[in-house]
Amino acid sequence: MTNTELQTLMSSWMDGLEFADEGVQHLTITVGKENLRNLMLKLRDGEGAFDYMFSLTAVDWGKERGMVYHLESTKHRHIIVVHVTTDDEVLDSIHDIYPTAILNEREAFDLMGITFNGHPDLRRLFLQDDWVGHPLRKDYVDEANMIVR
Amino acid sequence: MGVKSDMETKNNKDTFPGQVIPGGNGGNIVVGVLDQIINWSRANSLWPLYFGTSCCGIEMMQTGAARHDWARFGMEVARPTPRQADVIVIAGTITNKMAPVLRKLYDQMAEPKYVVAMGACAVSGGPFYYNSYSVVRGADHIIPVDVYVPGCPPRPESLLDAMIKLQEKIKTFHNSKRKNPIEGFDEGK
Repeated sequence: MTNTELQTLMSSWMDGLEFADEGVQHLTITVGKENLRNLMLKLRDGEGAFDYMFSLTAVDWGKERGMVYHLESTKHRHIIVVHVTTDDEVLDSIHDIYPTAILNEREAFDLMGITFNGHPDLRRLFLQDDWVGHPLRKDYVDEANMIVR
Repeated sequence: MGVKSDMETKNNKDTFPGQVIPGGNGGNIVVGVLDQIINWSRANSLWPLYFGTSCCGIEMMQTGAARHDWARFGMEVARPTPRQADVIVIAGTITNKMAPVLRKLYDQMAEPKYVVAMGACAVSGGPFYYNSYSVVRGADHIIPVDVYVPGCPPRPESLLDAMIKLQEKIKTFHNSKRKNPIEGFDEGK
């Protein structure tokens, strides 16, 4: 499916989606956090058949944090990017839609401090269990370990 | 069998540091300084423990592989366990989470034990020196290091040279200078 067809399809599902396909590599959708799970379910099971999440990224944009999901269809070979932001560091987990998110969301929780509702095993992944803070945040300070330049 | 000239001895550092006199009855008589013979045998049979935590590990494998082949110089049998190793080659980044493991491995090695810090990360933290929350700035914060090899990563020739330097160090060792390398280390001595 072309980007335009995808855009028409997704607009028919729900309101409040923002699309961007100029100046970016793939069609990018921005969704509100309350509609995230709903959209992901429709993307996987709907006509687009996005059955493969190949990247899950947590981003700190400075004034707000959020997630970026890269989805691909192994049937149609088209790719979209889903953006979602959060103001209170809490999002819904999508581990039951894309099981690969179980580990990826643990990593995002570990390093960026975003909590995922409904995640079965939300522990730190890379850092020690007694670590305080989330080091990939822009405002992270660690005077004991870091030599800032 | 004759007395070797000084020149000959200097040029052949790796030759046996004593004299073998044929006994005539099928046995031989060995004459030499015991310390030198022990050091000679230690230096020419270094068993390394591989500790490759990142890209330096690849260069270390290459050093052991056919093209560069450090078995030529006597560091032959790569050990997977510290209990059988003489020298630990730290090839890669040491993170705060890895540091206790490294120290435990070192403590498990039998005396005499030696340490080679390979690559910028093991020497000083290297590219992670600034702005890193997780990397130890040099393996010598954890265990005492004998030879440092700079480079990111060092070429196999550098590691070979470091190992030959370590052999030279072992050959100059004397029992009167013997001390536990870890003694006082944690207090910064």
